[in-house]
Amino acid sequence: MRYSGFRVIREALRGHTGWGAAWRDPEPKDHYDIIVIGGGGHGLATAHYLAKVHGQHRVAVIEKGWIGGGNVGRNTTIIRSNYLLDGNEPFYELSLKLWEGLEQDLNYNAMVSQRGIINLLHSDAQRDAYIRRGNAMMLNGADAELLDAAAVRKEYPYLNFNDARFPIKGGLAQRRGGTVRHDAVAWGYARGADSRGVDIIQNCAVTGFRIEEGRCIGVETERGFIGAKKVGCAVAGNSGRVMDMAGMRLPIESHVLQAFVSEGLKPVLPGVVTFGAGHFYVSQSDKGGLVFGGDIDGYNSYAQRGNLPTVEDVCEGGMAIMPMIGRARLLRMWGGIMDMSMDGSPIIDRTPVEGLYFNGGWCYGGFKATPASGYCFAHLLATDQPHPVATALRFDRFERGYMIDEKGMGNQPNLH
Amino acid sequence: MIIDHPLLGPRDSSEFVYLGDARMLDRPDPDAPDAARAFYEYGYLRDNPAGPHRELWFHEGGDRSWLVVTRDTVTHEITRVEMARDVARAKGRST
Ligand SMILES: Cc1cc2nc3c(=O)[nH]c(=O)nc-3n(C[C@H](O)[C@H](O)[C@H](O)COP(=O)(O)OP(=O)(O)OC[C@H]3O[C@@H](n4cnc5c(N)ncnc54)[C@H](O)[C@@H]3O)c2cc1C
Repeated sequence: MRYSGFRVIREALRGHTGWGAAWRDPEPKDHYDIIVIGGGGHGLATAHYLAKVHGQHRVAVIEKGWIGGGNVGRNTTIIRSNYLLDGNEPFYELSLKLWEGLEQDLNYNAMVSQRGIINLLHSDAQRDAYIRRGNAMMLNGADAELLDAAAVRKEYPYLNFNDARFPIKGGLAQRRGGTVRHDAVAWGYARGADSRGVDIIQNCAVTGFRIEEGRCIGVETERGFIGAKKVGCAVAGNSGRVMDMAGMRLPIESHVLQAFVSEGLKPVLPGVVTFGAGHFYVSQSDKGGLVFGGDIDGYNSYAQRGNLPTVEDVCEGGMAIMPMIGRARLLRMWGGIMDMSMDGSPIIDRTPVEGLYFNGGWCYGGFKATPASGYCFAHLLATDQPHPVATALRFDRFERGYMIDEKGMGNQPNLH
Repeated sequence: MIIDHPLLGPRDSSEFVYLGDARMLDRPDPDAPDAARAFYEYGYLRDNPAGPHRELWFHEGGDRSWLVVTRDTVTHEITRVEMARDVARAKGRST
């Protein structure tokens, strides 16, 4: 069923009796051409592009819970393509372009809102670094704009410009960045994939791989064995657990990241703002809540809930740049499990097991990557070749010494 | 999380800095023929278990000793705290 203004009016007149389910709830078949493990944003996007771009229709997405219950439904919804390094920036810029056309592509309102993002800068050295980053972005076809303090003040007059320690001296703006309604991304991709014949199988955890003579021929699940010519794993925070079942150790640690939402306020924040001297980012949802977050808690965790020291740290970051945030009451907070890689950048690659492919290491920034991740993973699964913008996102970069380390932190996942 | 420091008693985890898997105490032999591979695995690959995890914490805001903490990554429950020095010595390493 296509959604349209006409359809809304028609259903309004018919008492909304004509809306069907947005995707089916099929029984798993015995065999598929391609199985994607994980019904998060990346798995569902992969299935959508496999069907739409590569004409693969015998595809299943296998999800242990319900789709959208993982990080795709837990993040702070920021999208941007303001990376510095060559291995990353073309990939994230492709993602931003796909976001721009997403709703037309999916015929689904994902509330893609290019409200702009400003990374605040607080010192002369940081200005130099941001100029360099902005130039790298523009060389890769992205947009970037350097703002002085007066320009930032015009847009966000209530920020703390005169802080003695971290005065706001300007910012790097990307006007095409913004926010997206996160669960609608999962639902839209699910509907797009389902309408092209992809089976989305929920409440069915993958419990093992069947590997014969170095080749993956399917997966064991809670609902029995399901065969496949190729299997792609896109389980984000659970990457270590799932790939362990194929006997692989990964350059990844799982860490918890928290998010926070305040009570609903009148419109105050037009775009996304990030603190340059600590780790804090904030935007305002369409319902009015301030949505914000900061660092990961910093120790290995699969708990999907964080601890209080990080809550304090995040709130201090908020108070440092936007003191009025202290007057808002915190409504909700929660955690999600991040697949933190050794250099802070992702992996979309084949594995030593023939027919088994891997997508992960998204750290806390994989939501913005969802369209390009799905697009490039579908490309790899369908053609056995990396997509041109994902050629650097390989497993062997660590052994070969080609890390993509945006922050320059080295192999310490909790610092990326 | 409260870490029960063997010398100082219960301390808040925010006094500590986290490094990661305690396997980092097992530095490979740089003279072994497969040293390059061993150092790659040592530096970059992790077991990353869901469940009990032995890990290194540094008491930066305290006595600056390294600890090996056994903690469940699913519940955050800490079941054992040892001085990293003692763990390394028990493996036959000096000082
Ligand atoms: C608090 C928070 C804030 C964030 N903020 C941002 C942000 O502002 N911008 C940004 O770009 N990114 C952000 N991220 C990161 C982003 O959400 C993730 O990187 C991204 O969603 C991961 O990809 P995914 O959507 O496929 O993951 P998920 O939605 O987690 O999907 C993985 C799925 O795999 C399933 N699975 C696991 N094990 C199995 C199994 N054995 N069998 C079957 N299925 C299995 C899980 O149930 C899950 O549904 C944030 C994350 C969090 C937690």
